[in-house]
Amino acid sequence: MALSLEESNRAIITVLGRDQTGIIAWVSGRLAEYGVNILDISQTIVDQYFTMIMVVDLKPSNTELIDLARILEQEGNDKGLQVKAQHEDIFTFMHRI
Amino acid sequence: MTITFAREEIQQTIKMIHEENLDIRTITMGISLLDCVSEDINRLEQKIYDKIVKNAGQLVTVGEQISARYGIPIINKRVSVTPIAIAAAHLNTEEMVRIAKVLNRAAREIGINFIGGFSALVQKGFTAGDLALIEAIPQALSETEFVCASVNIGTTKTGINMDAVLKMGQVILKCAQLTADKDGIAAAKLVVFCNAPEDNPFMAGAFHGVGEPECVINVGVSGPGVVAKVVKEFPNADFGELSNLIKQTAFKITRMGELIGRAASKALNVPFGIVDLSLAPTPAIGDSVAEILENMGLERCGTHGTTAALALLNDAVKKGGAMASSHVGGLSGAFIPVSEDAGMVEAVEVGALTIDKLEAMTCVCSVGLDMIVLPGDISAETISAIIADEAAIGMINKKTTAVRAIPAIGKKAGERVEFGGLLGGAPVMAIHPFSSHRFVNRGGRIPAPIISLSN
Repeated sequence: MALSLEESNRAIITVLGRDQTGIIAWVSGRLAEYGVNILDISQTIVDQYFTMIMVVDLKPSNTELIDLARILEQEGNDKGLQVKAQHEDIFTFMHRI
Repeated sequence: MTITFAREEIQQTIKMIHEENLDIRTITMGISLLDCVSEDINRLEQKIYDKIVKNAGQLVTVGEQISARYGIPIINKRVSVTPIAIAAAHLNTEEMVRIAKVLNRAAREIGINFIGGFSALVQKGFTAGDLALIEAIPQALSETEFVCASVNIGTTKTGINMDAVLKMGQVILKCAQLTADKDGIAAAKLVVFCNAPEDNPFMAGAFHGVGEPECVINVGVSGPGVVAKVVKEFPNADFGELSNLIKQTAFKITRMGELIGRAASKALNVPFGIVDLSLAPTPAIGDSVAEILENMGLERCGTHGTTAALALLNDAVKKGGAMASSHVGGLSGAFIPVSEDAGMVEAVEVGALTIDKLEAMTCVCSVGLDMIVLPGDISAETISAIIADEAAIGMINKKTTAVRAIPAIGKKAGERVEFGGLLGGAPVMAIHPFSSHRFVNRGGRIPAPIISLSN
């Protein structure tokens, strides 16, 4: 895999926290509003802790990643969830040679 | 399109950042001031101010944007400039202080955390500008907030300028005296180097060397907590395994520096210089180099075995880090500042870590006697002798060594000082009671060492 630097508009969204109804509905609803395309979702529950990892593409969206990250983090906080949206390059750089 | 990362990889990255204090310590922009030279001091001041603000005006904004985009904290944004003793060699001491204040004003205007380069390179002797600058350091540092100073007093190629060593003992003491009401903070912004690197992004020793380009971005990473965690998880790993684990971790840490450096370089349209792959501790719990050494199996940092543990750590960090970046530079290794490392502070408090052991550790770590607090009644000559010892280690071992020492005016060994922020706080360390006065007063230079016959 080539080490891209901002060539892609893909981001990884991670959601951590106590399981509750409607987490995925909330995140995917917000993403749809902002025109962000979901490419993949993986989700598990371990000891009542909800973990979701989502790969999204911001290309179709007019929203900047840093704005999306801020909105999701703030709204997540209100629901007791830790939500991060990070450009995929941080994971690419750390884990791929 | 599927998830191209394992869940564990994503979780590991997030854990490193949020639980183990992985961060980018600094993005430092190096700026050449060589073209600012002007006979008229007012014009010189204006040119320096304008050049810094023009080049680094967006540094803080861009740093914050990158931090948000990748979800990794960038703790400091800094600027380093051409050593002022070179860029403003014609000034007298009073005028040098004015330049320090201009640097301070520019730093405040653009919102950075530190500006380095109130510096002189005097390993072989002084120019008039060097003497004026060194003389100006105590006032410059005590009357500014963001300015950092450094003086290179020796190199492996030239030997050690002992006249400069003698002077720097006096300058450090004066810095502490002028800021005695703030626990001698001015001395914490001053480093005395042997073999100073020209591309170091870390303070207080950053300056923009004359071999550097017009403007450049250097990045310093940090991540002792991440390494400490890995070492702790494998209590029975043998040394080969241990070294491999540290290498892998250092690789990942340094990759973050490489990513942020490239991104900053692109956003600011300034060439990317180097990643300094140092393990830089902070006073935060769990962000300590001493803790790594203790996790390796030492009851306390400073006990027998500490030098060996640090040697292994430092070497593994370099090996792993060097693979991760296209250009590694600066100081690159494990830092062992005392006040900035909660584990080091504890080790001093319980009597495990003495100044002599710390000196031995500097033979195998990346810098030197860093952020050590000395008794307030110490003589300038004793400080000079401490500098001379440290410089000799650097000169002979062909490595950078440095002294950043803070005499705690009015305090004795065992009492505590607090600097706050990244600088932390520390107990006053005991020193030898015997005089080095006659030795450091001999004058002249210690000749450059022979490089072969290397035992």
